Amino acid sequence: MTAASLTGADAKPEVSLRRRLKQAERARQLKAFALVGPLLVFLLFTFAGPIAGMLWRAVDDREVRQVLPRTVAALADWDGRDLPDEKAYAALASDIMAARAAGTLAIAAKRLNYATNGFRTILTGTARNLKAAPEPGTARETLGRINPAWRERTTWTTIKDAGGPVTGFYLLAALDLTRNVDGAIVSASPDQAIYRDVFARTFLISLSVTALCLILGFPVAYLLATLPPGRSNLLMIFVLLPFWTSLLVRTCAWIVLLQSQGVVNDSLHWLGIIDAPLRLIYNRFGVCVAMTHVLLPFMILPLYSSMKAISPAYMRAAASLGAPPVTAFLRIYLPQTLPGIGAGSLLVFILALGYYITPALVGGAADQMISYFIALYTTETANWGLASALGAVLLLATLLLALVYGKLVQGQQVTGGMKN
Amino acid sequence: MSNHSSLRTPSQRIAWTATIVISTLVFIFLIAPILAIMPLSFSSGSYLAYPLPGLSLRWYDDFINSPRWMNSLKNSMIIGVAATLLSMLLGTLAALGLAQWKSRFKPLVLAFVLSPVVVPGVITAVGLYFFFAPIGLTGSYLGLILAHTALATPFVVITVGATLQSFDTNLARAAASLGASPLQAFRRVILPLILPGLASGALFAFATSFDEVVIVLFMAGPEQRTLPREMFSGIRENISPTITAAAVILTTVSVILLATLEGLRRRNERLKGSEG
Repeated sequence: MTAASLTGADAKPEVSLRRRLKQAERARQLKAFALVGPLLVFLLFTFAGPIAGMLWRAVDDREVRQVLPRTVAALADWDGRDLPDEKAYAALASDIMAARAAGTLAIAAKRLNYATNGFRTILTGTARNLKAAPEPGTARETLGRINPAWRERTTWTTIKDAGGPVTGFYLLAALDLTRNVDGAIVSASPDQAIYRDVFARTFLISLSVTALCLILGFPVAYLLATLPPGRSNLLMIFVLLPFWTSLLVRTCAWIVLLQSQGVVNDSLHWLGIIDAPLRLIYNRFGVCVAMTHVLLPFMILPLYSSMKAISPAYMRAAASLGAPPVTAFLRIYLPQTLPGIGAGSLLVFILALGYYITPALVGGAADQMISYFIALYTTETANWGLASALGAVLLLATLLLALVYGKLVQGQQVTGGMKN
Repeated sequence: MSNHSSLRTPSQRIAWTATIVISTLVFIFLIAPILAIMPLSFSSGSYLAYPLPGLSLRWYDDFINSPRWMNSLKNSMIIGVAATLLSMLLGTLAALGLAQWKSRFKPLVLAFVLSPVVVPGVITAVGLYFFFAPIGLTGSYLGLILAHTALATPFVVITVGATLQSFDTNLARAAASLGASPLQAFRRVILPLILPGLASGALFAFATSFDEVVIVLFMAGPEQRTLPREMFSGIRENISPTITAAAVILTTVSVILLATLEGLRRRNERLKGSEG
């Protein structure tokens, strides 16, 4: 009895103490999370929300549905094999008349014109010539007489496909794909298929810049990591000063240096190497040089920190075991720098993929990267669906690479290597 | 420490010499453009070419007397300072929270907090443009300050977080055991110790905002154009020597920021050294 009451008396405060500790810990964790809360809410409003909104615009397709509601409803159960029935023609006629009265026809015309070039003319021409609602039962004949396009199946599948409310149209278009008249996914016609080229070009430029940065950055990082701290800190200024100098200043400097009357051309001419100025800017060469200059520090800093962590004892051990320097370098040193090479290359590649300013300023028409087209469709032509779809593809590529980067640098400090 | 003085074989010596030669060329590549643009801003002529016809301050005069350039400098300062203050507040709180928070979701939250750095500027800019336009935040200072804060805060979280990692939490406990309230302990013990980290976070935040141009390109009205934005349109139209004067002013700001950061790093290293 005594034993039982003892354990009971002992157990009770122990349990409550454990519970109190747990409670205190939970309160501490809650407080810690509350400190992160304001930033999370802020980023939802200024970052995640806007990007989610952009992604939504890539599949949002309600313009045609809003302007031509009866037509979209009438086409809902059309199988797309023959021409739609008289009901759809009548619905279209009344929709067009209503839209013209409301002044909203241009919205639908713009959207349909993205899908089929010339649709704008079909729609506005029909609206102009449709004086009154056709007699019951004659809508098909009336519309067909106004524009023979209404006797073609593709005209109607275009409207049906654009009926929304969501669409894969822009995402397909961003990859140069489209749906044919039977709804199968096929390659877009060559005159509209430009984005695969743009993506390929974006990848190619980013890859070249990454390779250049690695080739130029490796010896520098090695030198900085090998020199005694005093001297390497001094030389680090050469890396950090450009890193901190404004992107615009650096791009401007390259234009000044590389233009036809610029320092480089003048020096080459003075040295007698060239007779006429070389074209060094507003082409691919200029883009690669300027982007390499901007992104090189992002390669050097991660490489430097990975090389700094390699103990020189390994190389000495390899040498003492009779390895020739080249073998020791290739088999002992290089493998240890691989995490740094991976991190630096990925970082440079990710940043290069999204570049806009430098190619826009020093590139020609054939050197513009994907960001340029996203900006173009947002501000100039207001094709927001396509801009968002291109943005979605770029975002996906970036996030996948960033995921790999995150795995690679897990546990490594990367404070120095990030500045966009 | 270094092994270059003990190089024995000729091949090692050749490799080391090659490293030095290539590195020197890369250093020239990195620094020469920035140095080359500077003297041009002091040219008395209006061509951006060497040799300079003579020295003059006329392009700085041009810059100072141009309402367009001065307004852009003012805007850069207003937006930069405001974004720095806001990102310091949000970023420091978050870094303090993240340092104590234990959860398996922490890597996910951290990745989200840092993602504005990785996502291409154009994507953020387009998203903000769509999102802010209907609520009247495009063409406003507030909209730009909020956007720049989102871009700058990750740097504050990283730098302050790094400082907190080396911070000895026993000091805070000692303060509490001596009767300090949490706020007192923060103000009198924690804050002075993490201040260098806060300062470098602020420098990173300001530099991020001061250099940002893509978002400004999409969101700023004519009233809010910043210095990089003016430079962008200036370079696009035709490069006048006034732009080189603006470039020198921008570079001077970066040198000041870099020197301050280096000073902070040195001070930190000294403090660490005196402890051990």
